[in-house]
Amino acid sequence: MKITLKKKSAFKGLSLPENKITAEKSIEVLPVPEKVIIPLQQSIGAPCEFIVNRGDMVKTGQKIADSKSYVSAPIHSSISGKISKIIKLINPVTSNVMDAALIESDGKDLWVESKKLFDIRESEDFPRLKEIINDIEKKEILQKIREAGIVGLGGATFPTHVKLNPPPDKKIDTLILNGCECEPFITSDHRIMLEKGKEVLMGLYIISRVLSPENIYIAVEDNKEDAISYLEKLIVNMNFGRLFKIISLKSRYPMGAEKMLIKTITGRTVPMGGLPMDVGVIVSNVATSKSVYDAVIEGKPLIEKVVTVTGNVVNPKNLQVRVGAVIGSLIEKCGRFRSKVNNIIIGGPMMGISIVDINFPVTKGANCVLVKESRIQDEQNCINCGRCVNICPMNLMPLAYVKNTRKGNYRTCKEYYIDNCIECGSCAYVCPANIPIVGYIKTCKSILAKK
Amino acid sequence: MEEDKILISHAPHIWRGFSTSKIMYIVVVALLFPTATSIYFFGYYAIYLILTGVITAVLTEFAIKKLRKKRFIMDGSAVITGLLFALTLPPRLPLWMAVVGSFFAIAIAKEAFGGLGYNIFNPALAGRAFLSVCFPREMTSWVLPPYFNYDAITGATPLGENFTYQLDKLSLYKDLFFGNTGGSLGETSAMFILIGALILIVFRIIDWRIPVFYIGTVALGSFIMGKDVLFQILAGGLMIGAFFMATDYVTSPVTKNGRIIFGVGLGVLTVLIRNFSSMPEGVCFSILIMNAFTPLIDKYIKVKPFGFYKKRKNV
Repeated sequence: MKITLKKKSAFKGLSLPENKITAEKSIEVLPVPEKVIIPLQQSIGAPCEFIVNRGDMVKTGQKIADSKSYVSAPIHSSISGKISKIIKLINPVTSNVMDAALIESDGKDLWVESKKLFDIRESEDFPRLKEIINDIEKKEILQKIREAGIVGLGGATFPTHVKLNPPPDKKIDTLILNGCECEPFITSDHRIMLEKGKEVLMGLYIISRVLSPENIYIAVEDNKEDAISYLEKLIVNMNFGRLFKIISLKSRYPMGAEKMLIKTITGRTVPMGGLPMDVGVIVSNVATSKSVYDAVIEGKPLIEKVVTVTGNVVNPKNLQVRVGAVIGSLIEKCGRFRSKVNNIIIGGPMMGISIVDINFPVTKGANCVLVKESRIQDEQNCINCGRCVNICPMNLMPLAYVKNTRKGNYRTCKEYYIDNCIECGSCAYVCPANIPIVGYIKTCKSILAKK
Repeated sequence: MEEDKILISHAPHIWRGFSTSKIMYIVVVALLFPTATSIYFFGYYAIYLILTGVITAVLTEFAIKKLRKKRFIMDGSAVITGLLFALTLPPRLPLWMAVVGSFFAIAIAKEAFGGLGYNIFNPALAGRAFLSVCFPREMTSWVLPPYFNYDAITGATPLGENFTYQLDKLSLYKDLFFGNTGGSLGETSAMFILIGALILIVFRIIDWRIPVFYIGTVALGSFIMGKDVLFQILAGGLMIGAFFMATDYVTSPVTKNGRIIFGVGLGVLTVLIRNFSSMPEGVCFSILIMNAFTPLIDKYIKVKPFGFYKKRKNV
């Protein structure tokens, strides 16, 4: 039986210079940091509140903050030590001020006790593992996922227990594991597939137990041939052949965007303002899937992340780091900057957010730290060429947002469906006049949100 | 790490680098083909006219940017305006008139509206229209291709009323296709215009929709009016207008459907002007008129967003 299917993209898309310089580099474990900064807002939804106090001693993996609201994920300490300070941080995405805990390590890295059901690194007894998974109740799986604080690691940081629990009137028939990683430079998902493939597939199996969909696809772009062939082999070894199908997708940006991925694989169009579950699909990222495995089987909360540190550093690497480790320590590990004036970007070059402070921590949603030599953006007049309209995967008219935002006609942008913009950056990438279109869009969106 | 500077910027942090000036210079290269034919057919005087047009355009833009205290960018748009303007001129127009027209194109049609990106009308054609109003006699005195001989014989353009042709139809088409006929500097040779247009289409500078729907509508309209379809397409300024002027980004609609409407509108106007007005040729004015409709088209023709559905009123 054939496991891998090939597909072309269902949208125009961009072919970007990939620059995946760390694709061949194995994940290195960054030593446990001496201090971590753990912000209280690391997911979409309500921010958490502390359940520990200043001066308390905490263990690695201990829950330190939680929220009563459903759409929220608890936050854990990623090292053992003392909560020495509560500090304020600016959330670079929303520009809101949020609380954060500064935890100083005691150097011991003592973990909270947890029940490990199985160890995939020690035993290859997959039928036994499947039995274990089949014995866990769905509710218990969701509960474990929530308690581990798992959020969507593809970038949106939507709490996973909410996503995997769609309302009963939405029948989910397709589950897609998203291993596209269409942004240039980033290789963390690629390395996770290659090095933690078993965990990823078992995580997918757990998710499929919760949703019981008819079709399960693993979507990987064709620039990651090695990951595709490795996963193929694993699927045969782990006897998932009947359940999982790999789809090798033509590498096009933004293939990893949920709506584009669903359109390409299933041909279904997520309605405007809707969610994938409206067309019976749930998309989950490979790193999320691995965390689901860690949480459900090994009892490990989401306190570690694979982060690609790349770009203008001496020695680019894929690092496994604790959540809350400061960005500066990651860059230090990779041999610091190669040039004097840089942008430090959390995320990829197309959608990443540039930060000013290298003491900003790694959050759950961060999958890449990109150091880039700054470029001066020389904005010129829009010449109405229509390239942005042509390239927009969401079929929007970005130039209308620029013109109306400049004039202050924010409401008019709504008539042009600005809410549908996924901020993929394709328009600004192709703009001949070098207009920071996404900047205008974000400005307009945030003003509209405040009104 | 303190000595290093950290800057912030908006995503995306990379750029394709296919800038406005690159687009403009590719258009200039594409325009070199009709330019070369104009020099071949109309001799040294064509060179003077073209240089006059281009140099006046660039100098005017420079001066006005300085006056407005704006940054002058040599992005090639003034070069295109000057070049396109010169290519629409009769081959023996006095040079000072070319200076006036080129100045009008940049100073009034382009910069007075706010510069590149803000002009409503195609500057080159506005310059030409201005000249044909000011100097109607000079703007309609045509010559047959004299090649590099200085003395030119006056003769009508193919679309003119008193145009006569001695040989058979096939060689007429051949002459129109290769350019051995009277007319404006750049409009005579359909073949070299098409070569230039091919460059633009290969580099994805222009959208095929505007020229295809424009020429298609003219063909259909001429057929309905009982005219010689092939002659109507090859003669006059239709080719250079459809590929190089109607496709000007600034003055044409931005959406694909808008461009189709634009092209069809151009075709209808051209057929109407050619058949019912006192002018033999209508490309210049049809483009200028449709330019005025571009903001309206852009306002009402929008693209449907991904996942668009009509919200039902009674849910």
